[in-house]
Amino acid sequence: MRRVVWRNLLAHKVRLALSGLAVVLGVAFVAGTLVFTDTLERTFTALFESTTADVDVSAERAFEPTGAPGGAPPQPLDAALAGQIAAVDGVASATGYVQSPGVYVIGPDGKVVATGGAPGIGTGWDPAEGLGMTLTAGRAPAARDEVVLDEATAERTGYGIGDTVELLTPGPRLSATVVGTLRFGESGGLAGASLVAFDTATAQELLAAPGTFHGVSVQAADGVGREELAERVDAALGEGLAVATREEASEKRTEQLAESLGFIDVFLLVFAGIALFVGSFIILNTFSMLVAQRTRELALLRALGASRRQVTGSVLAEALVLAVLGSTAGLLLGLAVAAGLRWAFGRVGLTLDGSLVVAPRTVVAAYAVGVLVTVLAAYLPARRAAKVPPVAALRDDHAMPDGSLRRRTRAGAVLGVAGGTALVAGTALDDAPATLVLLGSLALVVAAIALSPVLARPFLRVAGAALPRIWGPAGRLARENALRNPRRTAATASALMVGVALVTGFSIIGQSANASIGSAVAERMRSDFIVSSAVTQPFSPQVAEEVRGLDGVASVGVARLGFVELDGEPTMLFGVDETTGDDVFALDVIAGQGGAPADGQLLVDADLARDRGWEVGETVAVRGVNGEQRELELRGIYETAPSVGPALLPLATLGELGGEPLDRWVFVQLAEGAGAGAVREAVEAVVADHPIVSVKDMGEFVQEQQGQVAQLLMIINAMLVLSVLIAVLGIVNTLALSVLERTREVGLLRAVGMARRQLRRTIRLEAVLIALFGAVLGLGLGLVFGVGLVSVLDGQGIDELAVPGGRLAVLLAVSALVGVLAAAWPAHRASRMPVLRALATAQ
Amino acid sequence: MNPVQETSTTGPARTASAVAARAESLTKVYGRGEARVVALDAVDVAFPRGAFTAIMGPSGSGKSTLMHCMAGLDAATSGRAWIGDVELSGLGDARLTALRRDSVGFVFQSFNLLPTLTAAENITLPLDLAGRRVEQEWLDTVIDAVGLQGRLSHRPSELSGGQQQRVACARALAGRPEIVFADEPTGNLDSRSGADVLRFLRSSVREMGQTVVMVTHDPVAASYADEVLFLADGRVVDSLAAPSADGVLERMKALDPRGGA
Ligand SMILES: Nc1ncnc2c1ncn2[C@@H]1O[C@H](COP(=O)(O)OP(=O)(O)O)[C@@H](O)[C@H]1O
Ligand SMILES: [Mg+2]
Repeated sequence: MRRVVWRNLLAHKVRLALSGLAVVLGVAFVAGTLVFTDTLERTFTALFESTTADVDVSAERAFEPTGAPGGAPPQPLDAALAGQIAAVDGVASATGYVQSPGVYVIGPDGKVVATGGAPGIGTGWDPAEGLGMTLTAGRAPAARDEVVLDEATAERTGYGIGDTVELLTPGPRLSATVVGTLRFGESGGLAGASLVAFDTATAQELLAAPGTFHGVSVQAADGVGREELAERVDAALGEGLAVATREEASEKRTEQLAESLGFIDVFLLVFAGIALFVGSFIILNTFSMLVAQRTRELALLRALGASRRQVTGSVLAEALVLAVLGSTAGLLLGLAVAAGLRWAFGRVGLTLDGSLVVAPRTVVAAYAVGVLVTVLAAYLPARRAAKVPPVAALRDDHAMPDGSLRRRTRAGAVLGVAGGTALVAGTALDDAPATLVLLGSLALVVAAIALSPVLARPFLRVAGAALPRIWGPAGRLARENALRNPRRTAATASALMVGVALVTGFSIIGQSANASIGSAVAERMRSDFIVSSAVTQPFSPQVAEEVRGLDGVASVGVARLGFVELDGEPTMLFGVDETTGDDVFALDVIAGQGGAPADGQLLVDADLARDRGWEVGETVAVRGVNGEQRELELRGIYETAPSVGPALLPLATLGELGGEPLDRWVFVQLAEGAGAGAVREAVEAVVADHPIVSVKDMGEFVQEQQGQVAQLLMIINAMLVLSVLIAVLGIVNTLALSVLERTREVGLLRAVGMARRQLRRTIRLEAVLIALFGAVLGLGLGLVFGVGLVSVLDGQGIDELAVPGGRLAVLLAVSALVGVLAAAWPAHRASRMPVLRALATAQ
Repeated sequence: MNPVQETSTTGPARTASAVAARAESLTKVYGRGEARVVALDAVDVAFPRGAFTAIMGPSGSGKSTLMHCMAGLDAATSGRAWIGDVELSGLGDARLTALRRDSVGFVFQSFNLLPTLTAAENITLPLDLAGRRVEQEWLDTVIDAVGLQGRLSHRPSELSGGQQQRVACARALAGRPEIVFADEPTGNLDSRSGADVLRFLRSSVREMGQTVVMVTHDPVAASYADEVLFLADGRVVDSLAAPSADGVLERMKALDPRGGA
């Protein structure tokens, strides 16, 4: 039996390669994701482990703010602490250090040097700090206008010793002379981050406050272990300080990083999932056809005494070999995917060093996923193979008894009704869980797959009605061929259907999100100009100060982003000044008072108030990252508005609670009669000193806010490409097989005078019909799915339904094109078949 | 009798009975209502061990159906059938499969070989399926007798129709079955290739002690057998021992006034 399996595999190399490709792609994405993640993590672990301090002491955070871009800013410590720690038994040295994000190098082109999402770090230079920096050229900074750059940044910008470099800091913009270059750790890898070292006093002044540090790095005396040292230091110090060994510190930072980069994994794994899901249809299809084609062979085996189990086993064994080969190729391709990702990330500044990391887990996962999906997909056809009656070998009409579709149809109909009900209930009921809609959508997808053979007939009849009239016999044959085996047509179309449904659904969600954001921002904010930074990096309050002094400016409002705990729950919110609260934010107040919260007050949105059961006038306990506590009175409750966030605090209160004194948004209101153009120019002149900050009018600001959604749409586009690619494979595969199956028929057609061109056209038209069938089913499903999800996401800021009609029309056209593309090779093959040989083919 | 057979231990258990396969009022009905066809009508038949039996009859008389039902390839509508001492009716698929594999050999009119396997691999396929060891000595005897030495590594597509059919015969005998069923084994062959196959089948009975039942509509082919059974409309209507081609033709003419099968 093993031999039969092996020979069959060898005899159908092309077919195998095609269905194997589906496995390869799916596995490649899984493996690529894992390899890339591991490489990323290794890079950062190496980075964090470069610090040489045995024990690190820093201010303890009251809680870890979640969702903060680039992590929360460090809290300052009193410089006297270093002396205190040095006195602890077992401490060889204790040095205070300053190190904080927010320092960006401006390249010779006047633009901020890209860090690919990694921070631009500023630090104090002190070789005793134990931060892992070594001077590689020049000398240490000794004055306020001297800096040392990391080697990679120096190389990227071309700055050398003696050059003048412009720097952005949280405070003023700075001009300094490069006096040296440094290397971080052993490899010098910074994962794209830039590092600028000042002399300690300047660093304190710019990044912390004079006389303060961000942390103290402690070196152990000989013979004292790190753990022990950490315990001793901890015991000697008071409350409010975090003491971590080198290992603990690097582990924690790695963890934080993994969390903030987790979205990449999610997207890649979604790709992998789609590839495998769609791929499993192709495998199912291939093996179904393989079984149908080999009915006589299988029957002969049965007649000669092969048991059902042996026949099932032989089909599954073929699948297994395919799975192993596909997974192996997928694993290799996965390395290429990871390398490609590394390259892409390197382009935007996030450089990952060293070789790719292939963990044993990656290999195991790749094979497990590949084998599981393939064998599962081949299982149904394998079961069917076992049911081939032995007499089938001896009869001429050896068609596989095509079991009735009745059971499948009934099951599909039941699922469809159940799914539809769940979907309607989920969207209509207010408190229905979102899972209801998801389950409903899933049930509908499965129902559509189950019902697709039944739906194929009417669709093909109608859609194919015009074909005979336009293309004559070629058109008629194409339609009949597609109709001939509705199961197969349906299964082929399913691969495309799933892809199209996903793309349609996500397009609707994306478009709706875009529209919602647009109207939310436009409705909730009233400002003539908005100053904001393009890289979500807050900027110096100096900007607002300067704009305030301009002619033609009536008022300036600012908003700062901060993290606090509201009654124990970490929350990201805005701190606003009076102008912003009163004039810029236009909130629908449901209860209490609107406007800017006065000292000792806060505003929250309706969702938060409902979740916590807060009422106007109630006292809310607020705690800052620095551990400060406040009791604030709830001034008012406003209708939930995603652009404004869940709560508003007074600007000063946020500052007392450890919020950065940096602005996120600056709103500029024109004075009556002032020329908008002139004021804009003046504001632009102010921000010219701040390359990351720019001035926008309301329309431009909306677009900027929609940028994230645009990214989502881009990812959806990538998904489209992927699922289309796999769908093409599926259709190529099915067509190639059905052409092979019809070899004799093709010979006959050619013998009675069908031209090659006509033959090719027949096959092409059949492919287009199948593709359109899949696309139409997918569009229908996607619409239901998208509209359902949008209505569920109502509360999360997507409150407007927008269907991207143009996009969907393009999708339909692309699907038809997919058919044409997929038919190219099978059509070519069929038309090249020598007529006599085709006629003589057995079976 | 061939000594090899008597000392055989790996073959299926031989029974003392002189009948290799038999049937009792075996009936097979296809379809229902208008389309109802009684292919076999209460057939009683027995195939003696170590004999070469031919089954003849006009087209559609139920020859193939009889063979399929007696070989466990298809289920009868009613009646009973035995291979050796094993009754087929009531056997589950697993037992039937094992029975076919171990006790029955098949030769069909066409599509006899798996196209992806070589001749040698096709011959040992039933043994491989059963996980049985190949009895090399016996195999050599069989291959010798069909005259396939030198062709063993060829694929079916590289063999002539007659050679393919001889491979199928060798395969049927490789496992030393209780009985070999051959359905028009020469139907697709020219007379010379057909004669090769028939000679081999006869020698397997005479020299190797096998039991062969062959369906044919060719009187010359039937004349190779020890006995001929005549079927008409699903019933055994006549038989002829030690037939000659002319004798068979006579009987056939008597059965079917239009002459021939
Ligand atoms: N699968 C089937 N379905 C319906 N009728 C069948 C089937 N197989 C055979 N028959 C009918 O049974 C009768 C006997 O067929 P068969 O045994 O093949 O005849 P023979 O081999 O003698 O030519 C014929 O009338 C044939 O039409
Ligand atoms: Mg017949």
